[in-house]
Amino acid sequence: MNRYALWQYLIIAVSLLLGLLYTLPNFYGESPAVQISPLRTSASTDTALLQRVEDALKQANLGTDGALLEEGSIKVRFADTDTQIKAKDLLESTLGNDYITALNLLPNSPRWLTDLGALPMYLGLDLRGGVHFMLAVDMEGALEKSLDRYSADIRGRLREQKISYAGLEKQAKKLTLKFRDAESRTKAEAELKANYPDLGFKEENVDSRYHLVATIKPEALARMQESAVLQNITTLRNRVNELGVAEPIIQKAGVDRVIVQLPGVQDTAKAKDILGRTATLEVRMVDDEHDLDAALRGKVPAGTELYEERGGSPLLVKKQVLLTGEHITDAQPGFDKDNQPAVHLNLDNSGSRIFKQLTRDNVGKRMAILLIEKNQAEVITAPVIREEIGGGRVQISGRMTSREARDVALLLRAGALAAPMDIIEERTVGPSLGAENIARGYNSTLYGFLGVAIFVAIYYTAFGMISVVALAMNLLLLVGLLSIMQATLTLPGMAALALTVGMAIDANVLINERIRDELRAGASPQMAIHAGFERAFGTIVDSNVTTLIAGIALFAFGSGPVKGFAVVLCLGIMTSVFTATFVTRGIVNLIYGSRRRLDHVPIGKIWIPEQNQPAHRTALARNKAGGESTDTQKRITEQPETNTEVIQETVLDVQAESSEKKPGKAKNKRKSSDAKGNAG
Amino acid sequence: MEFFRFNRSIPFMRWRRVGAVVSIVTFALSVFFIATKGLNLGVDFTGGTVLEVSYNQTADLEKVRSVLTDLGMSDASVQNFGTSREVLIRLPIKPDVSSAQLSETVMDALKQSDSSVEMKRMEFVGPQVGAELLENGALALLFVSLGIVAYLAVRFEWKFGVSGIIANLHDVVIIVGCFAFFQWEFSLTVLAAILAILGYSVNESVVIFDRIRENFRKYRKASITEVIDSAITQTMSRTVITHGSTQMVVIAMLLFGGEVLHYFALALTIGIWFGIYSSIMVGSSIIMLLGVKREDLVKIEKKPLENDGAVV
Repeated sequence: MNRYALWQYLIIAVSLLLGLLYTLPNFYGESPAVQISPLRTSASTDTALLQRVEDALKQANLGTDGALLEEGSIKVRFADTDTQIKAKDLLESTLGNDYITALNLLPNSPRWLTDLGALPMYLGLDLRGGVHFMLAVDMEGALEKSLDRYSADIRGRLREQKISYAGLEKQAKKLTLKFRDAESRTKAEAELKANYPDLGFKEENVDSRYHLVATIKPEALARMQESAVLQNITTLRNRVNELGVAEPIIQKAGVDRVIVQLPGVQDTAKAKDILGRTATLEVRMVDDEHDLDAALRGKVPAGTELYEERGGSPLLVKKQVLLTGEHITDAQPGFDKDNQPAVHLNLDNSGSRIFKQLTRDNVGKRMAILLIEKNQAEVITAPVIREEIGGGRVQISGRMTSREARDVALLLRAGALAAPMDIIEERTVGPSLGAENIARGYNSTLYGFLGVAIFVAIYYTAFGMISVVALAMNLLLLVGLLSIMQATLTLPGMAALALTVGMAIDANVLINERIRDELRAGASPQMAIHAGFERAFGTIVDSNVTTLIAGIALFAFGSGPVKGFAVVLCLGIMTSVFTATFVTRGIVNLIYGSRRRLDHVPIGKIWIPEQNQPAHRTALARNKAGGESTDTQKRITEQPETNTEVIQETVLDVQAESSEKKPGKAKNKRKSSDAKGNAG
Repeated sequence: MEFFRFNRSIPFMRWRRVGAVVSIVTFALSVFFIATKGLNLGVDFTGGTVLEVSYNQTADLEKVRSVLTDLGMSDASVQNFGTSREVLIRLPIKPDVSSAQLSETVMDALKQSDSSVEMKRMEFVGPQVGAELLENGALALLFVSLGIVAYLAVRFEWKFGVSGIIANLHDVVIIVGCFAFFQWEFSLTVLAAILAILGYSVNESVVIFDRIRENFRKYRKASITEVIDSAITQTMSRTVITHGSTQMVVIAMLLFGGEVLHYFALALTIGIWFGIYSSIMVGSSIIMLLGVKREDLVKIEKKPLENDGAVV
């Protein structure tokens, strides 16, 4: 009765093999490496580049542990971090700006394992060190900005069409156009409706004045939000690439949030600086007509803003934005003709057209180039326009250091953010703490496992050992599964791993206690094993489903590290049900199932209530003879026959092969099915 | 070897009045401490900045405090974390200073006063994120509770669902009460531990309920009290061994898990011990209070016969 078919043993063998195979890469550790990937599509990584890298390293006498080309990037391993850092500096200067040279850790697992897709678990930031940011896109800011752009556009268009208007005001989330008569309003409305499909217009009459209120349509707003977040993600990705991080994670979280994770980043200040900056460039005109002194006293004229030029004098700048950083295709640091640090910009087609027109229209006037960071505008430079500038090549120079020029160029090159972003959550873990956390999680699991293993082995003897083997396999399968899924392992995840060990043993305890119960009740060894497993199963499933519910809720509502905890918890429940029921049974069947004469179950010494011992012995004796088992729980049952019936029924079921028909069988059929439904 | 040798069922249900008093008193005390002392919510929920730094030698907390006061952050809390060389600095949210600037200013100032300082960890949580995490935590708790009630109601009967969840929410309130009383830090990981314990303790109730159902079938004429008592006694050994095993792992976590897992493990410990108590005394008492009947679990088999009769 306690036998498994070949396929059942095969399932166990295969899962054991897979578990071993996929857990294995986690034990090889990682070695320091430098990863080189192309920054632009124009640059390619090929064998020629690999050769260049190898030659450069050889010349500098830096020994490598091998270099390989895969998935469009070159990875070079080193024996220690010292060489790694030296090599990084060397390669950075040799290869120039076209490539990202990043420090990385590469798994040491042998080639054949990697080819099988067996990769080590992905370690979370709390285990490997690094920075985690959550950024929120400031939609209000984006809306504000696009209204500014619309208002500039509308002014230009109305002027072009020679439609006269009395004024244009930007209010919260809407633009109000004022007209002197209804006729020009109708004309303007028709013109604007045809050109701005994203705007909704409404006529309003205030104090016999003719107003036209323009708002952005809700669907356009939603589209704008979506594209703003996407553009910001692209921008962040570019900036992160410039930082040289090996495996960055940049993903959308929720409607207006972005998560950025930079594993292994040492210089967190720099990372924060580059990411947190939401630099955009704006070109506006300097207002030289109004009184600057009055403005300095607090009377800033309408439509202008007061700024201070970098390291220079204050000036009034018109609010109207003529050109934004979105039109910049490239930005490089360099020097101007006076050998002062400068930033060279290339504009796209429409950008160069706008720039050409604006310089033609404003010869002799001053324009201001503003760098907007975190809603703080700074005038980098306010040069006088000497002549029309065509061709889209612009040079910005002002009082900046070459380092500042480089940073500005980087920010501009990496693109503008469509909407400002704020860091709303940040977690930085130093590399030393990461290593400590791994040791903490590992030791908790190891010593927890050992404690449980020793106790169970002593308490349940041979069956305890089998439980320990199953528990070990549970851990193996769990780690293997996490590796296959490439789930991110965090410290709470490791805690869940340890906790799984403590909770998974529950199923084995349930089974072993049941077997003891059956033995106490006088069942024969084989029978007790069979009934113990059968009856414990329902309980095991029930009790694990409730923990699974908790795990799923944690996954659904948790964030970051808690999610990691939930993943391990849920997977651990599934593997533990599998190993505790199916695998344990398999081992038991393999060892004991084939024994025709099993005198006793090695499950520890079973204590039998004193007053019932004689009865028990007779029961055992009768059981061996194939007779009826007796009720050992007379003290509880007021109707002992019922108990006997149920046990006897099981006996009949499982001993069908021995074909010892009992008179009570037919009568008890219904109760028997009842008992089965209630197994456990 | 066998730890538990009971010749007869232990009359747990006879002590349920005592149990009720114990439960109500601990519950009331917990609620009292939560209400009066409040929880020492971690940065995850309140928002703010936490900096963990380490020094080469024993850290001079006074010096760190004075550095912070000089920066105008006299409301910062400074304390040792784990070892005497490590310091945890908590800074409340400043509306006008961004997190990036804040942590860097502090690190720069600390470096100036002692160059051996090294940043180990920095966490900043914005106010809106904190509020959200709190809300999500509450939602998760609600979801788990409803999910467990529904599952137990389907698998057993609604009375079992209700008793199971009351017994375990009683544990949760007591864990939270302990955190309020000792002013331990209540962080996101502690919340995770509590939810895990909620699922885990319900196991306990499920195992006992399963036995109750089984014994209802087995012992046809036994009274409800006898059935429940026998079910608890029969599962006693398993209860203690399982919880002992889990506790062993949790002790390993307490010993080796470091500061981060410390409160996580503490929450689990309280949950484990009260879980044993509540599933024995609270869960079963409530089923009795709700008036569980044999018929709730064992289907009545007379009806088909009557129908047969009518047809014939």
